[in-house]
Amino acid sequence: MTSIPILKERESQIWQKGETPFSITCDKHSLAGAISQRACVFCGSRVVLYPIADAVHLVHGPIGCAAYTWDIRGALSSGPELHRLSFSTDLQERDVIFGGEKKLAAVLGELIDRHRPKAAFVYSTCIVGIIGDDVAAVCRKVEREKGIPVLPVHSEGFKGTKKDGYKAACDALFRIIGTGPINDISPQSINILGEFNIGGEAWIIRKYYERMGVQVVSVMTGDGRVDEIRRAHGAALNVVQCSGSMTQLAQMMEEKYGIPHIRVSYFGIEDMSKALYDVAERFPDNPEIMARTREMVREEIAAIRPELAEFRKDLEGKKAAIYVGGAFKAFSLIKALRHLGMRVILAGSQTGNDEDYEMLRDLCDDGTVIVDDANPLELSKYIIEKDADLVIGGVKERPIAYKMGVGFCDHNHERKIPLAGYVGMRNFAEEVHRSVSSPVWRFAPRRGAKLEKTEVTPC
Amino acid sequence: MLTTSETPTEERYAATRNACKLCTPLGACLAFKGIRGAIPLLHGSQGCSTYIRRYLISHFKEPVDIACSNFAEQTAIFGGGLNMKVALENINTQYAPEFIGVATTCLSETIGDDVPMFLKDFRTTHADEDLPPLAHVSTPSYSGTHIDGFHGAVRAAVAAVVREKGTGDHVNLLPGMVSPADLRHLKRIVSDFGLFFVMLPDYSETLDGAPWWEYHRIPEGGTPVDAIARMGSAAASIEFGRILAETDAGDSAGMLLRKDFDVPLYRLGLPMGVGETDRFFAALEAVSGRPTPEKYVKERGRLIDAYVDGHKYVSGVTAAIYGEEDLVVGLAAFLGEIGITPVLCASGGKSGHLKQKITEVVGDIDKKNIQILSGADFIDIADIAEDLKPDLIIGHSKGYSVARKIDTPLVRVGFPIHDRVGGGRLHHLGYRGAQELFDRIVNALLEKRQADSGLGYSYM
Repeated sequence: MTSIPILKERESQIWQKGETPFSITCDKHSLAGAISQRACVFCGSRVVLYPIADAVHLVHGPIGCAAYTWDIRGALSSGPELHRLSFSTDLQERDVIFGGEKKLAAVLGELIDRHRPKAAFVYSTCIVGIIGDDVAAVCRKVEREKGIPVLPVHSEGFKGTKKDGYKAACDALFRIIGTGPINDISPQSINILGEFNIGGEAWIIRKYYERMGVQVVSVMTGDGRVDEIRRAHGAALNVVQCSGSMTQLAQMMEEKYGIPHIRVSYFGIEDMSKALYDVAERFPDNPEIMARTREMVREEIAAIRPELAEFRKDLEGKKAAIYVGGAFKAFSLIKALRHLGMRVILAGSQTGNDEDYEMLRDLCDDGTVIVDDANPLELSKYIIEKDADLVIGGVKERPIAYKMGVGFCDHNHERKIPLAGYVGMRNFAEEVHRSVSSPVWRFAPRRGAKLEKTEVTPC
Repeated sequence: MLTTSETPTEERYAATRNACKLCTPLGACLAFKGIRGAIPLLHGSQGCSTYIRRYLISHFKEPVDIACSNFAEQTAIFGGGLNMKVALENINTQYAPEFIGVATTCLSETIGDDVPMFLKDFRTTHADEDLPPLAHVSTPSYSGTHIDGFHGAVRAAVAAVVREKGTGDHVNLLPGMVSPADLRHLKRIVSDFGLFFVMLPDYSETLDGAPWWEYHRIPEGGTPVDAIARMGSAAASIEFGRILAETDAGDSAGMLLRKDFDVPLYRLGLPMGVGETDRFFAALEAVSGRPTPEKYVKERGRLIDAYVDGHKYVSGVTAAIYGEEDLVVGLAAFLGEIGITPVLCASGGKSGHLKQKITEVVGDIDKKNIQILSGADFIDIADIAEDLKPDLIIGHSKGYSVARKIDTPLVRVGFPIHDRVGGGRLHHLGYRGAQELFDRIVNALLEKRQADSGLGYSYM
């Protein structure tokens, strides 16, 4: 046990399987002073729209929000890289007093003239509504003048949680969808939603579907292009990963364009295969799609199986703690870790909902701690008490693991290698193995480093 | 936004593209992390603390816990008083801190929250509890840059804790925003003069520590609160920053201590290079009444010997430099004395004093064709660097895109360094810092020459 206290108001958001009947509170605003690992509404919008590479992304507000999200994640592009530039109206005191609309209009015009983007997204930050800027009106005006979509993103940081930011991003995307030609789109076609190409994953997934004989109309938003998104309403099916962020868009498209959607995950062998089979099943009139899928899955699994078996030898019985943004990723990770012989002792997410946590409950072993909107102290407490060998999370979780002498796998936006698909499963295993089996842990005090003095004697 | 020299920027609206600055609250959080047992508390949105934590972690690679009062929609309407109270209570329960540093954000400033009153109310309603000092710094991100937040927080800590004058023989050291390695080096130097000292802030351990045996709610190290309390009775304060020295009277911690507590103040440039470091050592000699210890005389000697050994590789070389204004002035001073012309000196800050201060340390900037760029962003820097084709770029990781674009070596200094390990372990200050910088600069030039050569020399 540790002496780390859990705040009373936080107790209902933590549950340990096997002890008490299932009950977990979620979907609530983070507790002040608790040091949540969550970000804000702006963050939610920014992560979803960020990878659209031929758009200008203008952050309307003081400099911080733009500075902290400049080139923050891979979001690889096979062409233009406009998204990697950080644009801000950089509001100053006098703008706050007199309003920032004029500056916004001028800055937007300047950026559009200089960079000739296919669209512009304008993100509102906290103070924009408070100083009374009518961002939508400015966007409409510039849109008329410049002849490209100029989309306001209502992402004021404090107006909800990251999920509200996803919604604001989906609203912006929905406004461009339906504005492009769809005459050449095959009936066997999909949009890939909620895949952001951080380490090149969108390319891997797109290739799988294309090998099956399915046309990929758009990826939203990994390696994204405005013209592709404009055509997205021509696809026969929406395939949604990262359900927390993009399910809303899929639902809106279902309602307006009658496009059905399925939820998938591309992490781990089972979920990856299911994501392919589920799509193939949607095209029963083309049995060759399913046949090709079967063959491809067989080939891909056969290619990585020997290596996975090697990694497993060293990883068998090791314990992992998972803390991720959306809970859906946690499901895949639990299954992927089982493939490596590893057990999950903590599973948590920033933005999971009731349904997510019930699924986590069913998936986890006895003794696993499930936590919603955790903070560094809670994570540390269970990493220590459950004696984790590995933490899977993002940048903010990494130093917690390292200080306690525990391995770490970045499954968030700083990763540089693709972790999706079959090749991604192999990469994941290698990454986990590389960290867990490193010889450095024997020097970490908490992991059995010798405390006694080293003695040497003369010969 | 581009401003050549010091012309004000507001005449025409322009986008800031790839900012060469961070927001004010980040600097405040960093400074507060250098106080023992401290938790910084941002009064604003959850994202403010999370983004700033993420950013600091990417450089220091250490746990950085920063609390937030976490505004919701109704908070912005009714004010953040209740959130502040809940946040303070939860921090006290969870972390048992020895100090809480409250920094505001653009949101709480814009709605007009009266933070000093919130803190007063909190002290009143918790009068029976043993509360830690609560410092408050106003850091709206629409005003100034991270360095202003940093200095503001140091001043706020002094204002919150120091109460008494006195006649101590210790010295206050106000180093500014430097690396953990620099802080350790400074402590060593001052100790070697036989001086007792209070250095504020001191994140040399809190943001660069060993792995833990057990979990620390707040990392060990930092300036103790009772040491800060003694700053009012010091024999002298030494405060770095030629730009900082231009701030209005009383605006820096050093000035506050001079004004309210009669502590004599030495205002020096960041001790980068021989000249500026000599001034620092002269101040220590004056305060301690002792000559510079032999080991630093030798260190200085080795540095000058290295200058001589390497002079041909750097003489006539040009560099583009950027960062906080005081760092840029320090770098310019150092580069000037080894024969490198800083043809472009850029900062996202715009104190209005950069040109004058660079002139002070390098001489006639017009004659040397040195361009000074205040309120700069990295697109401005890239545009000018492309034109000037400097031999070197010196600054933090954010300049990598520029260096890559013009195929020029980047020597990493300052903050943030998030594309290399060891950013916190770099020395910039003192003879040792100059030695390290000199070696790295010469080697960067040699490496480039070697790599570009068809022959592949294995001798210099």
